[in-house]
Amino acid sequence: MSEILLKIKDLIVEFPTRRGLLRAVDKVSFEISKGEVLGIVGESGAGKSLTGAAIIGLLEPPGRIGGGEIIFDGQRIDNLSDEQMRPLRGKRIAMIFQDPLTSLNPLYRIGEQLVETIQTHLSMDNKQARIRAIELLDEVGIPAPETRIDAYPHQFSGGMRQRVVIALALAGEPDLIIADEPTTALDVSVQAQIISLLKNLCKERGTAIMLITHDMGVIAETADRMAVMYSGQIAEIGKTYDLIRNPKHPYSVGLMGSIPAIKGDVKRLVQIPGSMPRLNNIPKGCSFNPRCEKVFEPCYIKRSPLIDVGNSSVACWLYDEEYKGAKKK
Amino acid sequence: MLAFAIRRMFQSIIVLLVVGLVAFSMFNFVGDPVDSMLGQERTDADVERVRIQLGLDQPFPVQYYKFLQGAVKGNFGISYRQGRPVSQIIAERLPATLELAFVSAVLAIIFGVALGIFTAIRRNGWAANTIMSLSLIGVSLPTFLIGILLIYIFAVELGWLSSFGRGDVVDLGWWRTGFLTKSGLLAIILPAITLGLYQMTLIMRIVRAEMLEVLRTDYIKFARARGLSKRAVNFGHALKNTMVPVITVTGMQIGSIIAFAIITETVFQWPGVGLLFINAIRFVDIPIMAAYLMLISVMFVSINLIVDLLYFAIDPRLRLDKTKG
Repeated sequence: MSEILLKIKDLIVEFPTRRGLLRAVDKVSFEISKGEVLGIVGESGAGKSLTGAAIIGLLEPPGRIGGGEIIFDGQRIDNLSDEQMRPLRGKRIAMIFQDPLTSLNPLYRIGEQLVETIQTHLSMDNKQARIRAIELLDEVGIPAPETRIDAYPHQFSGGMRQRVVIALALAGEPDLIIADEPTTALDVSVQAQIISLLKNLCKERGTAIMLITHDMGVIAETADRMAVMYSGQIAEIGKTYDLIRNPKHPYSVGLMGSIPAIKGDVKRLVQIPGSMPRLNNIPKGCSFNPRCEKVFEPCYIKRSPLIDVGNSSVACWLYDEEYKGAKKK
Repeated sequence: MLAFAIRRMFQSIIVLLVVGLVAFSMFNFVGDPVDSMLGQERTDADVERVRIQLGLDQPFPVQYYKFLQGAVKGNFGISYRQGRPVSQIIAERLPATLELAFVSAVLAIIFGVALGIFTAIRRNGWAANTIMSLSLIGVSLPTFLIGILLIYIFAVELGWLSSFGRGDVVDLGWWRTGFLTKSGLLAIILPAITLGLYQMTLIMRIVRAEMLEVLRTDYIKFARARGLSKRAVNFGHALKNTMVPVITVTGMQIGSIIAFAIITETVFQWPGVGLLFINAIRFVDIPIMAAYLMLISVMFVSINLIVDLLYFAIDPRLRLDKTKG
C-alpha cells in the first residue's frame, strides 16, 4: 500500500483506580496509510473511542497512555506534552465527535468558530478567513453559506450542525480525521448523507479517516480496511470486503451474523451470548473465551497474537499452525 | 426585546408597590414615634397634636396613599428626628454607601472570577486547594466578625488602616467622595473587604463549579481537538459559557451588598444609609425607614432588570430570531 501516515504499536490506555490499574486499551497495533479509511468497530466499551482520544492526545485524566508508541508521519507523538501536541491538533489530526448538538459552542456564531479555527492554523486575515469559512460551508453542503455563516448553532438542525462540525474539522486541512461515531446521534435518513459527504471531502483532499463506529453498514460503505475491537484489543483487522464476506475471528463471525440482510437466505440473526467482560474482570487468556463457541484449551491459557490469515490478521488460536491439528469442534 | 423590557418594568413596579405596602404596614408595630419625639413630660393634648401633625390619626390606607403620592415625586416626608426632608438626608448619605458597595462589588467580582477560573483550571494543584479551603472561611464567618477581626489586625495591632469613618471627603456639590483623598482611600479598604468577602468567595465557588462543568462539555473537547490555544479554550469558549449563571448570582449579590452594608457600616461607623437606617430604627423615624426600604427595593429590582437584559447580550439562544430558516 501507499505511504504510512499513522502507526500505532502496542498502545495501552489505562486508568489508575483505587483497586489497581484498569487497562481499557490493551496493546493495540494498527496502521493507517495516507488517504485511507480505516473503520473501527466494536461494542460500547471496547476501547474504540479511547484509542482515538489517545491518538489526538485528548484522553480525559485519570486516563493515560500506559505504553506503546503512536507514530504520526514519522514523528512519535504519544509522549508529546499538551503544548507540543496542540499545533498538530486540527492542523494535522482533526477529530469529529458523536453529538453535533453539543460539539459547537452555543454562544458563538458558526462563522466566528470557523474563522477562529482557520486563523489558528493558517495565516489569514479576518477577511480571507471569512471567505475561506464560506467556501468550507459551501463544500459541506450548507445552503446559502454567505448568510448562514452568521447564524448560531441552535439555528441549525442536527444534520446541518454535523456538516458545520465537518467544516470545522477540515478547516486546518488535516491529514487524518478521527471520526468518533459521527452519525450515531443523527436521524437515519441523514446518516448516509453525512458519511458520503465526509468520505468524498476526504477523498478530494487525500485525508485519511479513522472511522469509529458500531454501525456495520457505515463501515461497509466507507472503509477500505476495518478493525474489530473487543475488550480493548484488536480481534481481527483486514480489508473491509474480506472481513464482511469472510470473517475469521469467532467474534467477528458473530458480529457479521448480527447484521440483517435484505437479500439472501432468511436465517435468524445471530446473537452472541453474554456480554463483554468488565475491565476489572477480564478473563485469563483470550478475553472472548467465555462467549466463544469454538473455545479450546489454549484460549484459557494465553491470548493469541495477531496471526496473518489470507489478507487479514486474526487474534485467534484457531488459526495457529500448532493447534490446527489438535482443534476441537 | 423591547416588549420584554417593558413587561419586566411593569412587573418591577408591582413589586415595588408590594414592598412599600409591607414595609409601611410593618412600621405600625415597631413602636410609636410620638413617644420618642416628645419625651417624658408630655400631655395627652401634645400627643394628639403631634399625631395629627404627622398624619398618624388617619386610617392606614390613607397614610399609605399619601406616602406613595409623595414617593413618586421623590418626597418621603420630613424626618421625625432631624426635622429635615428625608430625601435630602438620604442624598447626603447615599454616596458613602454607594462608594463602599461599588468598591466591594468590584473587589468581589475581580477576585471571585479570577480565583474561580484559577481553581477550576488548576483543580488539583496545591494552590487551588489552599484557596478552596480558605474560601470556606469567607463563606462561613459572619460579616461583623470578619470586620472586627480586620479592625483588630490592621487597625489595632498593626495600625496601618483606620477602623472607623470615611476619612477626608471631597465635596463635589452633589456627591461627597472619599476616592480623592489618601485617607479616604485608606478608610474604604477594610469595610470594602469586610462587605465583599462573602460575595467574593461565593462568586469564586460558583465560577469554579460552572467552569468545571463547562470544561467537561463536548464543545470544549471539540475546541481543543481543533487545536485552539489553551487561552482561547479557557477564556474564549469556557468563560463565556460560565458567565450566564454567574451573572445571575453576581447581580443578586450586588443588591445584597448594598442591603447588607448595614452591618458593615455599623461595625466601621461608616456614614452611609445603612447606619442611617439603624439609627432611624432606634428612634422610630418612620419616614427614613420607609424611604430606605423603598430605595433598597428599587435597587434590587433595577439590578434584576439589568441582569435579565444582560442574558440577552450573552446568550443568543434567548434572542428572538426573525431570520431563522
